[in-house]
Amino acid sequence: MFKDVEHLIRLAAVMAIALVAFVVLRAAIVPHSFGQYGHYRGAAIAEIAARPIGFAGHDACEGCHSDVVDQKKQGKHVVVACEACHGALAKHADDPGSVTPAKLDTAVICARCHEADSAKPKWFPQVLTADHSGGLACDTCHQPHSPKIETQKIETKTKAEGKQ
Amino acid sequence: MEITRRHLLVLLPAAAVGWKFVLAGTPEDAPNYKLSEHWWGMLIDIPKCIGCGSCVRACAQENDVPEGYYRTWVERYHVTDYQLERPQVASPDGGKQGFPPNEIGGKNFFVPKLCNHCADSPCTQVCPVGATFLSPDGVVLVDKTYCLGCRYCIQACPYGCRFLNPKTNTAEKCTLCYHRITKGLTTACCEVCPTGARQLADLKNPKDPIHEFLRTHTVQVLKPQMATGAKVFYDGMDGSVR
Ligand code: HEC
Ligand code: HEC
Ligand code: HEC
Ligand code: HEC
Repeated sequence: MFKDVEHLIRLAAVMAIALVAFVVLRAAIVPHSFGQYGHYRGAAIAEIAARPIGFAGHDACEGCHSDVVDQKKQGKHVVVACEACHGALAKHADDPGSVTPAKLDTAVICARCHEADSAKPKWFPQVLTADHSGGLACDTCHQPHSPKIETQKIETKTKAEGKQ
Repeated sequence: MEITRRHLLVLLPAAAVGWKFVLAGTPEDAPNYKLSEHWWGMLIDIPKCIGCGSCVRACAQENDVPEGYYRTWVERYHVTDYQLERPQVASPDGGKQGFPPNEIGGKNFFVPKLCNHCADSPCTQVCPVGATFLSPDGVVLVDKTYCLGCRYCIQACPYGCRFLNPKTNTAEKCTLCYHRITKGLTTACCEVCPTGARQLADLKNPKDPIHEFLRTHTVQVLKPQMATGAKVFYDGMDGSVR
């Protein structure tokens, strides 16, 4: 019927090879998880989730520092997480022997939260730190983990410091 | 058996299909975490924010955010009388070191900001290569290995929540501490917030207190007119907040 049917077969063969090449290349180049959940690489989700944590979380400290936790429960700082003041300590919680937390400068850390500011809510205890502390470190008078002070205690403390 | 050309024509596609199955391997295995069981968002309780910047510092520490860039930041608003259209907004160093002392009249308050993890986000729609996306559990993420650094998404975000990381030259943004929430921890910013002004919310978890909160409070999202499906809810937000 067709005289030169061979031409058609050759053409079909060329197209078939092109198609195969496309399918093979696509399988090799497009990451296998692309399209798993949508138009993106599904494996990226697990990769992002695999990042190590820096903040151990409040529960992690409780096991070893129960004394501080109990002390904190006495005062209003009960709501303040350990790592809000001490910084990220997951490495310390994993290996307390080799990672020691840095000493804190109360003039900086306490002021960030308690420096008076009219934008702060009225219920939050605020002081003008320069006037209030008279240049002393906050933890001369306040115990950082339970900051409320009975007046008696500071009288003796300030006497010892040589201030009025 | 000798492989003829005809055999090859059949064998190659078969191999290609087979190879796809080999590559597919086992799907992602996150032990006790099921993507379909969560839908993440956040609650910001403005009357509780004291502007201490703990969240900004914690975020930078937890996520290695480069100096001078912010995945979350705190703004201090100053609004005089009826001038809702002209608030004065300050955010020195993103509020990272707290704010300088300030005792002035008028209306003053703090507004923490972060990615709103929009359900219909413009940022994911403009990505030409599928490098940024909304995960099945409702978090907008960036695939660093796929990002070209074209900055389309940075322009598209109505909230200014994205930036180009100068070291990697890829788009970067809040991941809602995806590496923490998938392990059952809260985000770094919520962990250190001293007053509970920021709270992680799982909108698919019926036991999450967010549902009771949303029922009983007047909440708002930022720029609702953009219809982005923002999932960061603000309680007690003033009309001057942009
Ligand atoms: C596995 C037990 C363990 C865990 C968990 C742990 N710590 Fe410690 N921590 C220690 C030990 C032991 C020391 C004393 C180390 C030293 O003196 O070098 C210490 C010391 C400290 C210090 C310094 C004390 C000083 O004298 O300067 C701080 C601050 C601290 N821990 C905070 C934390 C916080 C916050 C957490 C929670 C994220 C935490 N720790 C979790 C065991 C632990
Ligand atoms: C309000 C801020 C704040 C919070 C919250 C806080 N700390 Fe401290 N912590 C301090 C300061 C300030 C010091 C004294 C200076 C220093 O040693 O760096 C201190 C000292 C310590 C010490 C040294 C020994 C001691 O008792 O004085 C340990 C251990 C410690 N903190 C653990 C904790 C743990 C655990 C928590 C959480 C339960 C916690 N801290 C929460 C501010 C805080
Ligand atoms: C991360 C923020 C933060 C930091 C840092 C911080 N505080 Fe506080 N402080 C609070 C909160 C929250 C309260 C509770 C306010 C309330 O519920 O009334 C509080 C309460 C107090 C009170 C009132 C206690 C009472 O019983 O009335 C004092 C005093 C105080 N803090 C002193 C300090 C000192 C001193 C430091 C530094 C060691 C410090 N704070 C660091 C957040 C902070
Ligand atoms: C000379 C001792 C002393 C020093 C130093 C000191 N305080 Fe106080 N502070 C007091 C006394 C006394 C009170 C009143 C008793 C109380 O409320 O606990 C007080 C109260 C406070 C209150 C509660 C105010 C209120 O309205 O309830 C805060 C907050 C406070 N101090 C923060 C600080 C900070 C931050 C520093 C460091 C910059 C600091 N203090 C340093 C003695 C001191």
